[in-house]
Amino acid sequence: MAKIIVVTSGKGGVGKTTSAAAIATGLALRGNKTVVIDFDVGLRNLDLIMGCERRVVYDLVNVIQGDAGLNQAMIRDKRVENLHILPASQTRDKDALTSEGVEKILDALTEDFDFIICDSPAGIERGAQLAMYFADEAVVVTNPEVSSVRDSDRILGLLSSKTRRAEQNRDPVKEHLLITRYNPSRVDGGDMLNLDDICEILAIDLIGLIPESEAVLRASNQGIPVTHDQKSDAGQAYTDTVSRLLGETVPLRFHEYQKKGLLSRVFGGGRR
Amino acid sequence: MKLLDFLRGERKKSASVAKERLQIIVAHQRGQRDQPDYMPMLERELLEVIRRYVKVEQDAINISLDRDDDCSVLELNVTLPRS
Repeated sequence: MAKIIVVTSGKGGVGKTTSAAAIATGLALRGNKTVVIDFDVGLRNLDLIMGCERRVVYDLVNVIQGDAGLNQAMIRDKRVENLHILPASQTRDKDALTSEGVEKILDALTEDFDFIICDSPAGIERGAQLAMYFADEAVVVTNPEVSSVRDSDRILGLLSSKTRRAEQNRDPVKEHLLITRYNPSRVDGGDMLNLDDICEILAIDLIGLIPESEAVLRASNQGIPVTHDQKSDAGQAYTDTVSRLLGETVPLRFHEYQKKGLLSRVFGGGRR
Repeated sequence: MKLLDFLRGERKKSASVAKERLQIIVAHQRGQRDQPDYMPMLERELLEVIRRYVKVEQDAINISLDRDDDCSVLELNVTLPRS
């Protein structure tokens, strides 16, 4: 039985797809058979972040409509064994995604995989609701910024009511907070919400903190999930996040502001 | 740093403003979480009715549904202007 984890946020542009790609890659690197599914029908982007955009032949909707088999549509990752990508379709017909169709696909995948990562679209429409509906756990991606925190709280409300677990009165979806684009220097200056405040407001457990990092744009430019860049702060922070998802206790890193010493001020900080 | 703040006129840090605003709006959102879908509509229509008789502002009406074990209480608070 695979564990189904939805990566969601409500607000767009906070790093859902980056996080879904990075977490899926991290889980697979740890030896878990993992598939990451793009639920953003009409605006697929996971394929770009994973670097497999030119290998997309069939997609999620093709499988739902019976035009292709699951194994035809799934793309095997070039870099990591055990990692598969199921791209979203580019169709503009949002109704193409049906609850029955998604359930069938997840039921088929759950036999063969350890983890199914659902990359949710922004918003609270059908795609987002279906991405979370069957989830066992949720990673709520939040930026230290008012609109993102508020939207995350809305999503938490939906997770506790509009999911299969909620409707069947089973144990609730396990909710995790993932703070991204955190800038310790701005937090230190008092112009960015700090992580304790965000945790206090949303009242869910923190699974990881990803610092604002040049490595993330570099990774998406190249189509290589940032987890592969283990020299970078963001890459290491995602690896820590994956360890915590696997139940390990890992101390938090990259959240404290390091005042620049004289030398690094003169010569410029090292590239991270 | 404190001295600098003082010289600048001790502006309140924007992050703490953000926190306060979020705490209020999130508490409000959570209050609405378990409410039935018709509540916003009910609120609007009640406001319309009241406005037919008294001039009140949009935010002068406060409606909430509290559920106990076996009954629900619909609470309606309207702040009327001094006449």
